[in-house]
Formats: sequence, structure tokens, C-alpha cells
Amino acid sequence: MRESSHREFEGTVLEDRVEQIRSSFPILSRAVHEHPLVYLDNAASSQKPDVVIDRISRYYREQHSNVHRGVHALSQEATDAYEEARDTVCEFIGADDRSEIIFTKGTTDAINLVAFSYAGRMLEEGDEIVLTQMEHHSNIVPWQLACEISGAIIKVVPVEEDGSLNYEEYEKSLSERTRLVAVTHVSNSLGTVNPVKRMISDAHGLDIPVLIDGAQAVSHMPVNVCELDADFYCFSGHKMYGPTGIGVLYGKQELLNRMPPYQGGGDMIESVSFEGSSFNSLPHKFEAGTPNIAGAIGLAAAMDFIRETGFDFITDHETRLLHHAHEKLQAFDRLRIIGTAPEKISVVSFLLGDSHPYDVATLLDRLGIAVRSGHHCTQPVMARYGIPGTVRASFALYNTIDEIDVLAEGLERAEGILF
Amino acid sequence: MCSPKDWNAQKGFYFEKLTAAHEISTVSQDIVDEFAFFEDWLDRYEHLIDLGRELPILDDAFRTNEYRIRGCQAQVWLHPSRINGLVYFTADSDAMITKGLIALLIRVLDGRTGDEIMNADLSFLDAIGMKEHLSPTRKNGLDAMIKQIKLYALALSSQANQS
Ligand SMILES: Cc1ncc(COP(=O)(O)O)c(C=O)c1O
Repeated sequence: MRESSHREFEGTVLEDRVEQIRSSFPILSRAVHEHPLVYLDNAASSQKPDVVIDRISRYYREQHSNVHRGVHALSQEATDAYEEARDTVCEFIGADDRSEIIFTKGTTDAINLVAFSYAGRMLEEGDEIVLTQMEHHSNIVPWQLACEISGAIIKVVPVEEDGSLNYEEYEKSLSERTRLVAVTHVSNSLGTVNPVKRMISDAHGLDIPVLIDGAQAVSHMPVNVCELDADFYCFSGHKMYGPTGIGVLYGKQELLNRMPPYQGGGDMIESVSFEGSSFNSLPHKFEAGTPNIAGAIGLAAAMDFIRETGFDFITDHETRLLHHAHEKLQAFDRLRIIGTAPEKISVVSFLLGDSHPYDVATLLDRLGIAVRSGHHCTQPVMARYGIPGTVRASFALYNTIDEIDVLAEGLERAEGILF
Repeated sequence: MCSPKDWNAQKGFYFEKLTAAHEISTVSQDIVDEFAFFEDWLDRYEHLIDLGRELPILDDAFRTNEYRIRGCQAQVWLHPSRINGLVYFTADSDAMITKGLIALLIRVLDGRTGDEIMNADLSFLDAIGMKEHLSPTRKNGLDAMIKQIKLYALALSSQANQS
């Protein structure tokens, strides 16, 4: 009895906190098709709080200039802000050294950087790259391209019925020919949280470096790259309340130093002549051209926002949302949840009977509910379940229990129409 | 407010095959009037889906890549035929909204000459608020369906001219 009233109290406190947070995301108060927006497509991209929007605006209004290039005051200020953003990222993911933080366009760009740099010098014919069946296309296709160039081959670790990784098969897939393991921290279509710490440790047992695709992890759980001992960790700003067009590649210094540059241009060189060029030191070696300065600064603001909100609150609240969503959706007889791994966060993928995900998402959209339909750029794992796609609701720290109830009501209406 | 399920009964709605005697503009206006009857958007979609359910069944032989329309999130198959100089279509989709949309197109364009189809004014799609399905971002492929219908019409009518 006391226990439950205590929980209720905690629930109310959480709800108040969420309301307060929501008010700092301007877009959340808009209407869609004359309904209040219920935004449940956060795995695709999350919305932005005032602090991020204002920071970007302040940068352009007061501080903009090119970085690393001028002696004048504005260039100094812009450079300081950009490099401070790197410090913020470094601290946010617990990296040892700021030179290990490379700004990219996003996760995709970060993975391509590693894949092409590896293909250039570090992969040979017959070498193996280990991926899993639940990878996003952006953690598959760059490796296929790298394999085409180098003659290396891809090995795929299968996924179990509940959406968890088949660990035995993972262990078996590692060999003396494995040059890299690339695995997602959290699956964007199933919500599965992979045991990356253990995977890294097992790979390291064979001296194999591991790249983690953290696109779906960094906004939902504290990530410490040193604790994980990850060799590479990639993520996108726009999925963590930051701007689009900015992301991060974390890489261990020792590896990044061995890797050849991925793109050439300004900023990444020490000296250039037509006889040859020498490259700048880390991290600049991998940041050719004028970077996304506003993006990096906005990303730092988003990280400050997450830190101030606190992962204690975020994980508590999002776990409640996920449980509530499972409970509500399981009440539908003909609804099938795809991805029920014990370790799971922030994503519920499902099918309503034999209806097409497109129909369900279109009907929900008319009620102001934004969900995603389709294969979510993970066709291989959809094929594993023998389905073309799912409807996916994905949560962020500003979603509410009420919104999940609205989703369930919307699904009832959709069910009435489709069946 | 009546539900779309009672619509047919209430309005004596018809699904019989159209003949060329029905002007495209008349059929289009019928559709616009029908949809205007529903205030709630979900009721419009329900009606659309009901129209899709009434489509004649597509022969399995045509449920192949050859007849599949590319560019849709859902799978869509469209099969044309020419009888007495007029073009007819059968179609199917695994998504019911998509099937409803193609049922609307067939209702307006079925049994017409190639020229009529190619020059058809399809602004009724705007008027009933289904235009968003034409947007490339929706990847619904209504646009792709219209293009395919017109291509078939062109192909079949030029065949007719040659023979
Ligand atoms: C697991 C995962 N990896 C990679 C990506 C690609 O991220 P981006 O498009 O920001 O480069 C996504 C985004 O959908 C994702 O969910």
C-alpha cells in the first residue's frame, strides 16, 4: 500500500517535471491536422529545446566567422566556441583526450570515415568485418563499399526471435582474420540494447577493434567510451536534441593516428605542395574544409541540456514510457510487437494484424500522432522476421504517459477502420 | 453523422462499371461530393478504404514484378487491357489506403480512350484532400500510379493506331 502510493507520488513528480521540460520545446505545442502533436518519431530525429535553438541563433548573430583561420577577434571567438564544443563532447562521452573527438556530419558520415580510411590501407583481401543482422543500413553499406575496394568480406551475426543478438554466434564469428567488429549499441528498429561492453572485451581478447554505432544510445543512457573500451563510437547530434548535419566520431588516438585521412582539403593539412602534402594532427586530420561550426556549438548546447536534465530522470521516465507502451499495445489481440529483448529501450515496433504499416501510420498521422512506418533502414532484420516493415513509436524525454494513451486510442480507431 | 459503412445504403451509391458516357468531370465531381459528406478525416479514409475493398480482384498472374509500380512504400500492381479501343485497369495493393487511391483513379479513368486518360484532369484529388499523397515525400506513389496509368494509356492507344 505504502509502496504503491509512494510510486504514485513519484509518478506525479515525474509528470510535473515532464510538463516543465515540454514547455522548453517550442514545436511540441503546435497542432497537426487540428490535433495536438504527439511526436513519437524520436528515433528518426528528436525535437530541439530553446537552449539549442537560441545557442545557434546567438552564434550566427554574435559570433560567426570561420574557425582556425583568422587572427581577428571574431575568428578567435568562433574557434574558441567550436573547440569548447569539442571539450563538451569529450566530457559527455568520457573520452580521455579532446583530439579523439572528430566532428562529422552524423553517424553515417562517421562510419564512412572509418570504413573508407580502413579500406585505403588497413584491409586486405580475405580480411573479415563482423556486423550484426540488426544494423542500420549506414552500418552495412559503407562496409560493403570498403569490401569492394579491399576484397575483405562481411560476416553477419544473427538475431534471435526476441530481437537479442545470438551471442554464441558472435563469439564464433570472431577469427584471426577479423579486422573490425561494427555493431549498434541500440537497435533503431527493435530497441534491443546490445551487450557492447562484453562484445568489446571478447573482441579485444583477439586484438580486434570495435566500432559502436551509438546513434540510438547517447540520448537515452549515459555512455562512457573509456569504460566500454570502445575503439570507435559514432553518433548524430539530431537524435539527441541537437541540430542536424553534425555528429561525432570518437576514436582511440592510436588507431586514428594509423588511419589515412578520408577527405582532403583545407584545415586538415600541415603543408601542401605539388610534391606532396603533410597532414595536420588529430583531430584536424579528419576534419577537411570549413566544419559545421554552428552545428558543433548547438550539439554542445544539447549535451549541456541532457546533462542538466540528468540521466537518472531520463532513464526512469523513458523506462516508464516503454513499459506503459508495451502494456497498452499488448491489450490489442491482433497486435504483434517486433523486438521484445529483455534489454530494450525507447522503441516499440509493431504490426497490427496483417495491415500495412503505411496504413496505420497514415491514419495515426490524421490524429496528430507522428510514428514511423517502413523498414527503418534495417531491411536485413526485417527480412529476418519475414516482414517488409513495422510501425514504430519511439520515445524521448519529453513524451508523456498521456501521449501513449492517445496512441493506443488512435490505434483502436485505426483497427476499427482497417479490420 | 453516419459512418462510411452505411454510406452506400444511404446515398444509393453505385459501383457499377462506368461507361464512357460518364464525363470525367462528372465522375470526379461525384467523388468530390461524396468525400465532402464526411467531416472527419478518418471517416474519409474509411470511405476510401471501402472503395478499395470494392475493386475487382486482380488476377494472381498479374501480381508480378512486370506489373508492379515502383516508387511506392506499399506494393502496387496495375494491369491494363484494351477492349474495343477503350482502356481498362485492374489493380491491387497490400496497403489499403493505396488501394483506395488506385480505386479512385480507376473509377475516373476506366473504360476511356488513351487520349482521354492522358489528358484527364485529376484535380479532384486536390479537392478531396488526397493531394498530400502526391507529395514525393509521402512516398505513397499516387503520382507514380498516375504516371503508370498514363503510360499504359499511351502505349495501348499507339498500339491501336498502328493496327
Ligand atoms: C542505429 C542507427 N545508426 C545510424 C543511423 C544514421 O544516422 P544519421 O542519418 O544521422 O547519419 C541511424 C539513424 O537513423 C540509426 O538509427
